[in-house]
Amino acid sequence: MVRPPTQPFSPVLLVLAGLGALFFVLPLAGLAVQMPWRSTLQILADPGVRTALELSLVASLASTALACLLGVPLAWVLARLRFPGRELLRGVAILPMVLPPVVGGVALLLAFGRRGLVGGPVATATGFGLPFTTPGVIVAETFVAMPFLVITVEAGLRSMDVRFEEAARTLGASRWTVLRRVTLPVIRPSLVAGAVLAWSRALGEFGATITFAGNFPGTTQTVPLAIYIDLDSGRLPVAVVLSLLMIVVSLAVMVALRGRYLGDG
Amino acid sequence: MRERRSTMLGAGMAMGLLLAACGGTASQATPSPSARPSGTLTVLAAASLTEAFTQIGNQLQARNPGLKVRFSFAGSPTLVTQIQQGAPADVFASADQANMEKVVSGGFNATTPRIFAHNRLEIAVHAGNPKHIRSVYDLTNPGIRVDECAPAVPCGSYATTVFKKAGITVTPVSQEQDVKSVLTKVALGEADAGIVYVSDVKSAGSSVAGVEIPDSLNVVASYPIVELKSAPNPVAARVFIEAVLNSSGQQALERYGFTPVR
Repeated sequence: MVRPPTQPFSPVLLVLAGLGALFFVLPLAGLAVQMPWRSTLQILADPGVRTALELSLVASLASTALACLLGVPLAWVLARLRFPGRELLRGVAILPMVLPPVVGGVALLLAFGRRGLVGGPVATATGFGLPFTTPGVIVAETFVAMPFLVITVEAGLRSMDVRFEEAARTLGASRWTVLRRVTLPVIRPSLVAGAVLAWSRALGEFGATITFAGNFPGTTQTVPLAIYIDLDSGRLPVAVVLSLLMIVVSLAVMVALRGRYLGDG
Repeated sequence: MRERRSTMLGAGMAMGLLLAACGGTASQATPSPSARPSGTLTVLAAASLTEAFTQIGNQLQARNPGLKVRFSFAGSPTLVTQIQQGAPADVFASADQANMEKVVSGGFNATTPRIFAHNRLEIAVHAGNPKHIRSVYDLTNPGIRVDECAPAVPCGSYATTVFKKAGITVTPVSQEQDVKSVLTKVALGEADAGIVYVSDVKSAGSSVAGVEIPDSLNVVASYPIVELKSAPNPVAARVFIEAVLNSSGQQALERYGFTPVR
């Protein structure tokens, strides 16, 4: 952290950096000054707020689990197998990171909705449809969160020494045993970082959720949706408390992970 | 809190003045009846007004070549929040009196709100009414997925009134932020029924059909319109409000299913 004396020093650079930092700090300050500290506990204990918090927690953990179940194998395929179209597949798999979430919601609706490509036949056969249900929220959150897991785990797999796996294979371990006893333990830091990052993205998901799953307290109204509704319903203090809570959680995740999600951990 | 709000209002007004000053095209503060509207006019309007107001805006632009009318259509409470946070807009049209009252009590209005149209609720169903919904009483059937507006949105509070009058409890599958989202969910077949306005069904096209709600259970939604205090373009604001209230504006509203006031 100590600046070497030979480092070229530019006051202009520092001023711009300061402005850059302020750009991030001021919105947080704007929320903090509106924070109703005295009634915070009361607001958090409100049954409606509790319902949203519980739903957010359950849905984000479930989507993290789903993202691990599907995302780790996908990351493995991207890191270890060579096949035509691999770059395209990787692009598609991490596309939701840069896609507007509402586009994801529309796409999910047209694929898994009650008249969608896949959802249509399923709804006709079983009567079940994902929109307006908590599983719908989990699907929407997984769609936007899983890319973070895939990209982190793939980086972990690429940087690991494959000779460990080769040695285990030579010693007679089955492919499954190698994966379980060698590969996964070695990439554990990447896996944990990816899962935590995916979880925090799922927790903050708004656009795909409200578009695909709808908005109903207790079923599909997660904390970000509740914030939006509270703001429009003249309940600014509730919106501020929930916003600050989201910030605290996200900031804790970012600080705890440091740079690990960039693949240098 | 009160002080902070007035500071915010001040900031919003300052922004409005700044825009008016920078725009150069905005007219002077004291309009005469003969003043030609020019520059940009920003209208915040309830989502149910989308089709009717777009037509009125196009007519106004055709008559005034120097005028550009911009609309922001959303649920009325979303627009109220934007006004309270200092959005530089000229005109606000709400789908109910409650949301307009928030604007008036905050002192954001420049004129007294005027009612320009009425609307009624209707049950929107998918084309061909596959679930055979005949009345609001069918909405209590557990196999029917009903979508409605959130309670703070006018169409949501009106829906609650209708259900109360009918003496029924309806559990919706979702609460949307504006009436057009309800319509979309019905059109896509995600919801079997949606509580929307008569005007929405009329402008929705062939993917949606309407099931009438009888007068005894229905509500009369009154739409007020107002010029905002921080209006960057007050001349155009007044001309637009007149255009909504005059005979061609009223015809446009009637064409899209509203009940005109004159």
